Amino acid sequence: MANDNYVLEAREICKSFSGVKVLDHAGLTVLPGEVHALMGENGAGKSTLMKIIMGIYTKDSGSIVMNGQEVEFKGPSDALYAGISMIHQELSPIPEMTVAENIFLGREKRKIKGLPFMDRKAVNSSTMELLERYEMAEYIKPTMKMKTLNIAQIQMVEIIKAVSYDSKILIMDEPTSSLSDKESEVLFKIIENLRSQQVGIIYISHRMAEVFQISDRISVLRDGNFIGCVETESASHQKLINMMVGRELERGYPQNTAEKGEVVLELKDMCSEGVFENFNLSVRSGEILGLAGLVGAGRSEVMQALVGYDPLDSGEIYLEGEKIEIHHPSDAIKNHIIIASEDRKELGLVFGRSIRENVALQNLEQVSTASFLNKPLEKKLCNSYAKEMTIKMNSIEEDIGSLSGGNQQKAVLAKSLMSKPKVLIMDEPTRGIDVGAKSTIYNIMIDLAKQGIAIIMISSELPELIGMADRILVMSGGKIMGELTDKKEFSQHKILSMAFGGVLNES
Amino acid sequence: MNLNLNRQEFKSILPRFALVAVVLLIVGVMSFLSPVFMTSKNMTNIFRQISINGIIAVGMTFVILLGDIDLSVGAVVGVVSVVCGNLLEQGMNWFAVCLIALAVSIVFGVFNGTLVAYLNFQPFVATLATLTIGRGVALAYSDGRPYIINNPIFKAIGQGYVGKVPIPVIILLAVCVICYVILNYTTFGRYFFAVGGNKNAARLSGVKTKKVEMSAYIISAICACIVGLILSARISSGQPNAGDGYELDAIAAVAIGGTSMNGGVGSLTGTMLGFVMIGLLSNSMNLLNINSFYQQIVKGCLIIIAVYVDMKSKGDKK
Ligand SMILES: Nc1ncnc2c1ncn2[C@@H]1O[C@H](COP(=O)(O)OP(=O)(O)OP(=O)(O)O)[C@@H](O)[C@H]1O
Ligand SMILES: [Mg+2]
Repeated sequence: MANDNYVLEAREICKSFSGVKVLDHAGLTVLPGEVHALMGENGAGKSTLMKIIMGIYTKDSGSIVMNGQEVEFKGPSDALYAGISMIHQELSPIPEMTVAENIFLGREKRKIKGLPFMDRKAVNSSTMELLERYEMAEYIKPTMKMKTLNIAQIQMVEIIKAVSYDSKILIMDEPTSSLSDKESEVLFKIIENLRSQQVGIIYISHRMAEVFQISDRISVLRDGNFIGCVETESASHQKLINMMVGRELERGYPQNTAEKGEVVLELKDMCSEGVFENFNLSVRSGEILGLAGLVGAGRSEVMQALVGYDPLDSGEIYLEGEKIEIHHPSDAIKNHIIIASEDRKELGLVFGRSIRENVALQNLEQVSTASFLNKPLEKKLCNSYAKEMTIKMNSIEEDIGSLSGGNQQKAVLAKSLMSKPKVLIMDEPTRGIDVGAKSTIYNIMIDLAKQGIAIIMISSELPELIGMADRILVMSGGKIMGELTDKKEFSQHKILSMAFGGVLNES
Repeated sequence: MNLNLNRQEFKSILPRFALVAVVLLIVGVMSFLSPVFMTSKNMTNIFRQISINGIIAVGMTFVILLGDIDLSVGAVVGVVSVVCGNLLEQGMNWFAVCLIALAVSIVFGVFNGTLVAYLNFQPFVATLATLTIGRGVALAYSDGRPYIINNPIFKAIGQGYVGKVPIPVIILLAVCVICYVILNYTTFGRYFFAVGGNKNAARLSGVKTKKVEMSAYIISAICACIVGLILSARISSGQPNAGDGYELDAIAAVAIGGTSMNGGVGSLTGTMLGFVMIGLLSNSMNLLNINSFYQQIVKGCLIIIAVYVDMKSKGDKK
């Protein structure tokens, strides 16, 4: 058992939150220069184990050993100092600060040593160097405010920040969940580079393909228990899924056999200056329309403008043939045009409030008479939607923030379903969701389509988009670059060349 | 499973429980220490005093739930007081005076709400400006002099009784009940928690966030107006300096009651326990002849302890 080579060992870690056991003698070992993938269902305890290593949570029992010596971190700054840094699943940028300030937060370069005057120039130029080294300088400038970045850009900033500490161990908690293939490739290059510098990497992800692509070993957690560790070379998809969920799963994507009906939603010439232009779209009942594109192509932006969250300069919206006006998200909800946002922390959920309140928030009309709430009904309805989405929770009254990332995503979907959508916009619906729950969500999508709902699906995971969509629109730079209507002609290559075509034309 | 749930629930009611325990402790200890304390006269007195701070604190709770703050309430009390004083001196009907006072306070609420919700001013700055303007208006309007109020019906608002219960206490109860129902049993109330917790998510969920913010300031101003009426009636005069510093006592009550200054988390029952506790404590210290300078020190320490207990029980992170 004892292997002196390990840079990091977590042994027999146990942890309970208010009496509920979340980790039960779980552990993990990391070799220098290896990428160690950590997998498991939503709520298996992956993030919790990482937070314990970082000293963010205290463990109930067990030990953490670094280079053969037991360590006890009181907080993340101790861990950073000892050479462990982490990219968190839930991003927490400081919106009013610039990219450079965020990256160098807490270790600002001083103009004169010992005096608290920040040397902005030095910070900006070091940031520029980092951005250039990681090929991000095109998209992100050191002086941009964090609040102007989209979620993929924020993720890249977090990655660069974590790497910039030159740690010996780097923990990545679902770093690609909001990246498209292109940025993911950049990340993999960074990882290769770190590997050659003998950095040990713990890599959490629900995406099988990338785990197989980059990892050396894979460990699996299930319900807080350590199930096993396998060499990636000798592992198979099926074996891993078995380890994770403890049962066989149907593979592939379910067929959308729903009858395609009338056009439900039609958008004409939607424009928002500098964001997207001349956007046209129509989607029929029972249809799953895919929106493909690189991050920053304007997919989420168009959809957020459609539902009235972002401003729209011009354009017409027709619902079931009738022209409607949407000036505020409440108008969209009244018309049953529902969006399940990709950004659960910023736009999807109210942290600090219960699962019940979150699921009910946009559906209070259903559980009230003349503005007076019917709480038992609210509880009952929310519970049934939460159950339908298989949210892992102790009670519907639990704070939504205490759910695991994937279960929060399920709560966003539960909330959308409760609104009885005619048009359901699913922006990265499986972001951070485990294999088992993914197939649940795919099946729910088909069910909804069969009920005559029109679904618009945005996804950066091309296999998923190709598997689920009946028709795909490819966007780039705020414009539609092309349409694929025949399921047989869907291919990653075609979609990507359309998506990149736009970028090439532009520059 | 059930046991865990109970534990969780217990955790969340712990600070509330602690407040109730402290209130009972004060009552218990004081009834030993002071023979006057438990008399009905003293109790009436305590609750009449509490009603002033209590009504403002209830309104303030709505604002603080949004993560905002309203510093202008004390000044609104002053404006209402001089407007009432002047109009009553001129012989206007007491009910018309109350309606005009209400209208004036709503103007202040709308002013705050416009600055914060529509012009994106920071609440602290916006309401600080309103506080200054409001006090200035009260002083300019009255030329710095008090008005004398003789209208007997109006005076009853502050001095009268229904049976043995002072009218201000009845008003306090009514305000508490109405606001409690609004906050906990209506969709409108639910929006305060959502907007305070995450404004963007609330908006995407169809909540008219600006309107919610606007109404918080209006509710707060209306509560200040009610206090302005009670206070003027009680001292039989319209005072330009009435209500000076009331905002701070109200904020203290809300904080002690466990409502987070960051918004999204809190409750009216907490606020109620908060102002009852402050009221009991200052009455007790008065009865025990504790110097008012020391009373302030005690009050400050109390805020720190209460908020600390509250943070500990919520931040179950470790
Ligand atoms: N602060 C907390 N308070 C209470 N329970 C918590 C807290 N953090 C996590 N949990 C619970 O611990 C369990 C494990 O959560 P964790 O975030 O570690 O899962 P995960 O494996 O990272 O899942 P995912 O793939 O969805 O991110 C979940 O059931 C979650 O509800
Ligand atoms: Mg996680």
